[in-house]
Amino acid sequence: MDFTFDTEQHALREAVAGLLQRAYDPEKRRAVTQEDPGFDEKTWAQLAEMGVLGLPFAEADGGMGAGQAEVALVATEIGKVLAPEPFVESVVLAGGLVSAVGTAAQRAELLGPLAEGTSLVVLAHAEPGHRWTPTATGVTATRGAEGWTLTGVKEPVPSGARADVLVVSAAVEGGTALFVVRGDAAGLTRTGYRTHDGTRAARVTLQGTPAELLGEGTADRTADVEQALARATVAYAHEAVGAMQTALTTTSEYLKTRKQFGVPLSKFQALTFRAADMYVSLELVRSIALWATMVVDAEDSTPEAVLAAADRARLQTSKAGRHIGKEAIQLHGGIGVTAEYSVGHYTSRLTAIDHLLGDGAWAANRLAAVVDGHETVEALPA
Amino acid sequence: MQLHLSPEDQAFRDEMRTFFTTQVPQSIRDDVAAHRDVSKEQYVEVQQILNAAGLAVPHWPAEWGGREWTPLQRHIWREEMQLAAVPEPLAFNASMIGPVIAAFGSQEQKERFLPQTANLDIWWCQGFSEPDAGSDLASLRTAAVRDGEDWVVNGQKTWTTLGQYADWIFCLCRTDPGAEKKQRGISLLVFPMDTPGVTLRPIELLDGGFEVNEVFFEDVRVPAENLIGEENRGWDYAKFLLGNERVGIARVGATKRMIVDAKQRAAEITSDGRPLIEDPSMRVRIAELENELLALELTALRVVSNSTDGKPNPASSVLKLRGSELQQAATELIVDIAGPLSLASFADEEDTDVPEWARVATPEYLNYRKVSIYGGSNEVQRTIIAGTILGL
Repeated sequence: MDFTFDTEQHALREAVAGLLQRAYDPEKRRAVTQEDPGFDEKTWAQLAEMGVLGLPFAEADGGMGAGQAEVALVATEIGKVLAPEPFVESVVLAGGLVSAVGTAAQRAELLGPLAEGTSLVVLAHAEPGHRWTPTATGVTATRGAEGWTLTGVKEPVPSGARADVLVVSAAVEGGTALFVVRGDAAGLTRTGYRTHDGTRAARVTLQGTPAELLGEGTADRTADVEQALARATVAYAHEAVGAMQTALTTTSEYLKTRKQFGVPLSKFQALTFRAADMYVSLELVRSIALWATMVVDAEDSTPEAVLAAADRARLQTSKAGRHIGKEAIQLHGGIGVTAEYSVGHYTSRLTAIDHLLGDGAWAANRLAAVVDGHETVEALPA
Repeated sequence: MQLHLSPEDQAFRDEMRTFFTTQVPQSIRDDVAAHRDVSKEQYVEVQQILNAAGLAVPHWPAEWGGREWTPLQRHIWREEMQLAAVPEPLAFNASMIGPVIAAFGSQEQKERFLPQTANLDIWWCQGFSEPDAGSDLASLRTAAVRDGEDWVVNGQKTWTTLGQYADWIFCLCRTDPGAEKKQRGISLLVFPMDTPGVTLRPIELLDGGFEVNEVFFEDVRVPAENLIGEENRGWDYAKFLLGNERVGIARVGATKRMIVDAKQRAAEITSDGRPLIEDPSMRVRIAELENELLALELTALRVVSNSTDGKPNPASSVLKLRGSELQQAATELIVDIAGPLSLASFADEEDTDVPEWARVATPEYLNYRKVSIYGGSNEVQRTIIAGTILGL
């Protein structure tokens, strides 16, 4: 049992932190997120140069062969400055699926350019009217003489308009399969829009759109999607922890400097006690996020253990993110609600993360379904 | 980053688990598990079994029975004890006065007190709080005035836990009323509870039990040699001691055991025609509590695996704050599962059909309001977090 990072991991953290802190302060972030594609292409390229965009992929596929721990470090630094680059969405989620499911040729073709920053790959999975399911129903796949075509609507798809390649989940006979769709494919219409957290999403309409099956055979890929979503959830937990940490630091600084009634706000116990409670929430969620990362990385973890760890991380992230996000604004007062000041954007991003892959109530229901299946929850493997 | 315990720590955990579940009498562990009162004789019996095996005071210096374990091993030791429902070594001896004497006492005091303290041959009680000095402990007024070779103690202490069993008391007394800072004029004296002038009055708590007392001192003569450490430095020793008190106060193992109980009881109670454990809102409530407890346990593991010097970490305030809240949440859960049965609190075994767990549920819940008050109230912990960690 060891919660600490090694020297190499610390070096990675330093490098990523340096790059992102130079790239973003609240004003720069605001400027970047006002223009399409909602992130900075130059920063994305620099992350690629640093090897960050290939971190979790095998070296043979053009990646760095790193684990969830390295992903966690990067995600935390992204969260701290609210960097809008779609690292979790693209590298961890879409890249993770290609890595897990794709053939050797597909992995080489898709992951190399993704790692180099020359091709943005995202997952088109969510469908209007369906919440947080690992299956696809609204988009169907049909095999014709000239190969597969897809029809239906995916929305919201993070960075869906900017993406060069989409990995699309679709219903096939016997379950859900995954397909690769090029950005310039016939019958593909993408309508991008801004999201409340400054990033971009899109409606992706497929009308007989030519697609390439990801992986071999049409066996049901639901379990693969579930695992990829779980890993992305754990990465998001760290992005959220980074965001919560900055939200708390910003709030503490504000309490020390803002004066009312002739004294700094930090003289009011009603406020400092609430800040203390935010710290408690932050440290508890940090512990669970680190633990879930270790569960993902442990060689003997079963797929079920990874799913459960992701649900536990999701539940705690949701609770802590709501608590810290709301209190950060309240303790600031009116300025916290303005777009000009940073802290409210942290709350906005935390709210987005909470709803991208499943919120706390949803995770609690999943954990509740199996609550009598064990005596105690074991932090350490037996 | 490593999820697994090292093979050594794994073996250590197995060794602890085996010892606690095979060497401590089952009947005593059953009493603890059933939330019955543990008698003085039972406490002494268990602590002497532990001490004989080197498991009563592993955190003390090696020459006085310490084992030089890592903080993680100490954590495992305590958790396994709680999971096995073993009454822990008496905190007043093992976590409070023992480490203070070991760190600040004279050689003569160490030899005189430490072996008997480890073995619970001396039962210590704590003379800290006073009617006008609770969270503001430094404003205590019990006075010790030097008279020849003795200190003469006058005043009153309160909330003295299990003082009715105690042989000796360690007592914070004001020895320099003129000190510039009130913290500077306090000394730590120890003396037998049967010294002339010491009177004890039990305080009944909401659960009908008598675990705390008021202690009155009227011209109690204490030999000068019973001063621990230096005169007027008692506040430093109190802070040292209370820091120790917070370590292990998360009580994760004990709360885990309560949740196991809760699930079992919820399966036995029928609500709306089905077992209560099948009620969706009950399931969510238990799942959420389990997750909060996991987060706490992992935070405790983070604190112990990161503090190599064994010093109290400011984050230990999080453990106290959250640990007490979750203990309380678990007792509340069990009361709610018991529902109307919980009313039969004080019925004797032969007069009622209500099972024992349901009868003790509400007294326990009411008694457990104490855990967010003792050991530095949760408001004190918030003050520490806001001040020491957030710089507010």
